[in-house]
Amino acid sequence: MSKLTAAERVAVARHPQRPNITDYIGALFTDFFEQKGDRLCREDPAILGGIALYHGRPVTVIGTRKGKTAEESIRCNFGMPGPEGYRKALRLMKQAEKFRRPVFTLIDTSGAYPGLEAEARGQGEAIARNLMEMSRLTVPVIAVITGEGNSGGALALAVADRVLMLENAVYAILSPEGFASILWRDASRHEEACDLMKLTAPDLLAMGMVDDVVPEPEGGAHLAPEAVFRELDRALSRHLAALLKESGPSLLGKRYQKFRKMGAAPKEEA
Amino acid sequence: MSNIFAKRRARLLAMKAIRDNYVPGDQLEACPKCGGESLRKDVAGNLYVCPLCGYHFPIGAYYRLSTILDPGSFRELNEKHPAADPLSFPGYREKQRAAQRKTGLTEAAVTATGTVGGRKCVVGVLDSRYLMGSMSAAVGEKITLAIEYAAKNKLPLILFSASGGARMQEGILSLMQMAKTSAALARFSEKGLLYISVLTDPTTGGVTASFASLGDAVLAEPGALIGFAGPRVIQQTIGETLPEGFQRAEYQEEHGFVDAVVPRGELRETLSRLLRLHEKGGRS
Repeated sequence: MSKLTAAERVAVARHPQRPNITDYIGALFTDFFEQKGDRLCREDPAILGGIALYHGRPVTVIGTRKGKTAEESIRCNFGMPGPEGYRKALRLMKQAEKFRRPVFTLIDTSGAYPGLEAEARGQGEAIARNLMEMSRLTVPVIAVITGEGNSGGALALAVADRVLMLENAVYAILSPEGFASILWRDASRHEEACDLMKLTAPDLLAMGMVDDVVPEPEGGAHLAPEAVFRELDRALSRHLAALLKESGPSLLGKRYQKFRKMGAAPKEEA
Repeated sequence: MSNIFAKRRARLLAMKAIRDNYVPGDQLEACPKCGGESLRKDVAGNLYVCPLCGYHFPIGAYYRLSTILDPGSFRELNEKHPAADPLSFPGYREKQRAAQRKTGLTEAAVTATGTVGGRKCVVGVLDSRYLMGSMSAAVGEKITLAIEYAAKNKLPLILFSASGGARMQEGILSLMQMAKTSAALARFSEKGLLYISVLTDPTTGGVTASFASLGDAVLAEPGALIGFAGPRVIQQTIGETLPEGFQRAEYQEEHGFVDAVVPRGELRETLSRLLRLHEKGGRS
């Protein structure tokens, strides 16, 4: 693995040419049928989801969408979903369960959108509902942090049997800028925050917060996307094959224990 | 025998409750909302609600429990569960110790069993005086243990939220408590048990986006700030001033996220009524 600093990885994770969800769906899946709308209020383009074939098997794919052009970025709100996006994601996951399809989620978001309408329609409730419902989906769920995975906005798609990270992806409670601004009231100290936050894939793997790290080419995924697609495909196939051997109740029991253990045993007394 | 212990428990809770809010009664307390000054003993006698304008002052966890539980029924759960420093974050241990000295708590959550109107239940309370009631691994763990205890013993669950959101110094561990508590509530709910969430000022961030929003019934204290993103962040994002009353309890009721806004003085009776309405077989 490369020896980038945490701050350098944040920059790579945010690179404008980094593969996005459309690239991954195009490269890893066939016959993608997009499903729009939360059936309650509206369609949120910040989340893309639908049915596709993965090596011939029907699966549900859901993820946050960042654009590559200015126009695209504006249309999908820079990958920051509102409650409608999370409710659409939940609708698709419940449908996947009905038709016994495994669920893949691809996560690259700076967080849930902090806006007036998002609050009026229950951003917090939508995220909470997803966390609760994902914990009891009886089909295999694999989440991949492909770029930035920030805050409850990322976790709302990541209560999974396996959580994978690309090597230069970052996963954190919030952006380093937000972290520095809250803790020190100084967003310019974000590089210092990067080091303290333990947000890199190797750190999180060592802490047991994620299950596997998918290698990236030297310098980042945008320099050789095909290599990343190949590595990710390999990892997804391996984890899916293992999960498909498990019964529904066994999946649920292990998924519960996986998150139950996090922060359960403090290292020392205060 | 059990009577002696009940008396001791009542005295213990009363002592802890007094420590929560102790200020000599003849001093004046200024209301942060209306600016009016009242005698501290009058504010205290009114459950720390401003006698002039109805503003609900923040209250400590043990004091909250003393206003809800029947006298003598309080039994604390996992009282000694320690605070953690999972990322060995610089300066965090000192912050925790300062908060511990200030509040007498080991962490921002207190959980207990007790009876409300004679009905046994599990009650958890977040205390905003301890690092803003933020979600740490210890808070998530104590809440999860309380949920699991209630599920195992088939008891109703009441959680009072008051939280500024994530505990920055615990990073990803803070985030994962959202998944942990929500998953525990899924299991609890599948047993057909009642969970009442009470939102108090402020309930924001990761607590709103997990257990606080998942109650079978959701109550809120008047004027409580309730939301996912804080008002300052939203204002910076959208670049315009927020409407009067935005994200307050009454706003959340109007927008469909709260069953009822209940003044502090009526909470005990409302909780008791909800517990009664969920008794199996129509027992009164």
